[in-house]
Amino acid sequence: MHLEVILFAIYKERLKSNSITVQIPQDSTVEQLVIKLKQDFPALASSETDIVVAVNAEYADYNLTLRESDEICLIPPVSGG
Amino acid sequence: MIEITHNVLNPELITKTTMKDTNGGVVTFLGTTRDTFEDKQVIHLEYEAYESMALQKLNEIAEQTKQKYKIEDIAIAHRIGIVGIGEISLVVAVASPHRLEAFQACNELVDLLKDIVPIWKKEIYSDGSRWVGSEHI
Repeated sequence: MHLEVILFAIYKERLKSNSITVQIPQDSTVEQLVIKLKQDFPALASSETDIVVAVNAEYADYNLTLRESDEICLIPPVSGG
Repeated sequence: MIEITHNVLNPELITKTTMKDTNGGVVTFLGTTRDTFEDKQVIHLEYEAYESMALQKLNEIAEQTKQKYKIEDIAIAHRIGIVGIGEISLVVAVASPHRLEAFQACNELVDLLKDIVPIWKKEIYSDGSRWVGSEHI
């Protein structure tokens, strides 16, 4: 399946794009998405970084199964205030 | 009242939304933008938000705090976009029948906001910039 992944802040700046598209197998999990993102976009974050993912505007566990219709965003360390 | 806005924040108006006759006090916290990071001069700040999720999270932490402290009136406003030095980027107002709960709840809300709400701050220097907190990822 094709997934669009929305980027914010440092991730957006590093990849010079508001979003990226990845191709992963049906029923992939968040963890599999993160592994694929690190392979396809090594500039995103260091290999040791635990990339935080939000699915449909909620923090997602790494074992959550993804659907093509999900709204997926990468969440860099937050720094509001 | 919970909002994320590009506009200048008005603490008095935001505070007023929490005031009613059964409350004995309001604590209003103003987050303001600092002009230095280590030895660097900050020119201005830029805030970005994942707005739909940030609003949802702000509502969640407000509800959670209301229940914990048995209070009814909380207002949170976060400014995004370019914010000049010394300006207000955050207003959190908490009203309650008694003072102590208002102070505690306000402090806890700011902590929760900084931990979980998807808003990001970038410091702009004369010779570069930094997404605060993202230096080691």
